Amino acid sequence: MSDIINLTLSALIDKIKNKELSSQEITKAYIARAEKSKDLNTYITTDFENAIEKAKKFDEKGNFDYKLPGVPLAVKDLFCTNNLKTTAGSKILSNFIPSYESTVTQHLWDEGAILLGKLNCDEFAMGSSNETSFFGNVESPVGKKVVPGGSSGGSASALAAKLTPATIGTDTGGSIRQPASFTGTVGLKPTYGSCSRYGIVAFASSLDQAGPMTQDVSDAALMLDVISKYDTKDSTSVNFKRGDYFKSLSSNIKGKKIGIPKEYRVDGMPKEIESLWQDGITLLKKLGAKIIDMSLPHTKYALPAYYIVAPAEASSNLARYDGVKYGYRSEGENLISMYENTRSEGFGDEVKRRIMIGTYVLSSGYYDAYYLKAQKIRRLIKNDFDEAYKSIDAILTPSTPSSAFKIGDKTDDPVSMYLNDIFTVPVNLSGLPAISIPAGKDKNDYPLGLQLIGKAFEEQNLLDISYSMEKELSFKNNFQDWWIK
Amino acid sequence: MSIDLKTIKHIAKLSRISIDDKKAKELEKDLNSIFEFIEALNKVDTKKVDPLTSIAETSLKLRGDEVKTKNIREQILKNSPDENKDFFVVPKVVE
Repeated sequence: MSDIINLTLSALIDKIKNKELSSQEITKAYIARAEKSKDLNTYITTDFENAIEKAKKFDEKGNFDYKLPGVPLAVKDLFCTNNLKTTAGSKILSNFIPSYESTVTQHLWDEGAILLGKLNCDEFAMGSSNETSFFGNVESPVGKKVVPGGSSGGSASALAAKLTPATIGTDTGGSIRQPASFTGTVGLKPTYGSCSRYGIVAFASSLDQAGPMTQDVSDAALMLDVISKYDTKDSTSVNFKRGDYFKSLSSNIKGKKIGIPKEYRVDGMPKEIESLWQDGITLLKKLGAKIIDMSLPHTKYALPAYYIVAPAEASSNLARYDGVKYGYRSEGENLISMYENTRSEGFGDEVKRRIMIGTYVLSSGYYDAYYLKAQKIRRLIKNDFDEAYKSIDAILTPSTPSSAFKIGDKTDDPVSMYLNDIFTVPVNLSGLPAISIPAGKDKNDYPLGLQLIGKAFEEQNLLDISYSMEKELSFKNNFQDWWIK
Repeated sequence: MSIDLKTIKHIAKLSRISIDDKKAKELEKDLNSIFEFIEALNKVDTKKVDPLTSIAETSLKLRGDEVKTKNIREQILKNSPDENKDFFVVPKVVE
């Protein structure tokens, strides 16, 4: 049993295809481990009985040519799953049972994967530590009372704790890459328009993107093969020629030009992050890449611009939660007070803050000063990348300005929490793909990640560079299973 | 600039979120610290910059107006907070 959970996704698939392991054996192994790992609070909803039933069916007459044949997977609870509760980590959706399936999860099931359950996340994906979930904090297997990052915190924790062989998250400002960095796992945010947003609970529609979270880069390529597809149900889905990412993986990166942006060397950045970055640069040189010092001059304005654009879009998207058609409803003496009480009781503090910010920046008299200004800054940030990519292939930065912190350390000051995403947000504003790979550890043995940012729709390039680095880095999480009961 | 308590209550009203005085004071503090951080944007001259509304920047594709899912009334009403098999029910709005 312990062998099963230690396999990567691609190794697991090989064993299924070779009939060395059955889908039932694997599914039961992950379920058994999840039952002993409740203290991490990674699951909001489990679907274990159905999972075993589906595994049994797969073993009887499954198609072994599928990309994910009989593989059990847990996913972030932001993806709508037909007939299975989907909460987005919020009280307001705590009783919501979708009557349809998100496109991205449908792709997983169409390739033979089996749903284990829905993983905890920050409420409506708004948070960087999984501390805003209505369903409680998630602990990271990395250390006791340590946050897994957010908003895909349940996904990152479940993956690192080996409760699922791989998972998918969503990334609006860093919600895949930051938790991946905090837990020693791989997290890929694809180019905006790669993976359909249909059926994903919306946070900020011009920034949201789903992506894989995996144990290694090959697994990320494999998952991307499954979930990156053009979809007519998402009006911003892009019909570009997608690669055969897993099969095409190459570790030859000789001559690739990698940019090192000076603006990412921020004040107060811990020495260990600085040296992690330096080691990454040295490694890339050793692998034959050409290092180019460069500048992304508007970097420091990305986070403030993000905190206008994202809340503005969120305030519009979340207007639908009014207690009428679905979700939680509170009582009120008239329609308006029913709305107001429902939303006051149904949303948590961080979500309310962001709705209020969004409403304010879109309100009469402030639109030009804030929202329009932020959109103009967004253009400048994207222009920086466009200009840089005329002469380079990818950019290397740290994934986060610090390693994982303790639960409660940053909840008093929203701005200090927001600063977690300083290196990840510019990518979302520009719609680019980026990957975080585990690259080292801090003095507490907590993982640290490096981020590679690529050109739009050139995920293969990004995967190849991180694949070649991963081989040399040979990173390993070595925490004990302290949470097992 | 700073956002005063009166403005906080006005935004809450626009947002359809009821807040009491204690909550309003908390939000006043939080929002002011967030906007202080956002004010950094004013240092950038954006007079000649076009706003970026969407990364895709293509016109939206047209599709036929066809019904693809039929007879799902029951499924849709199933999630309604107020149980009624025919309608979504809200508090009385007409006297």
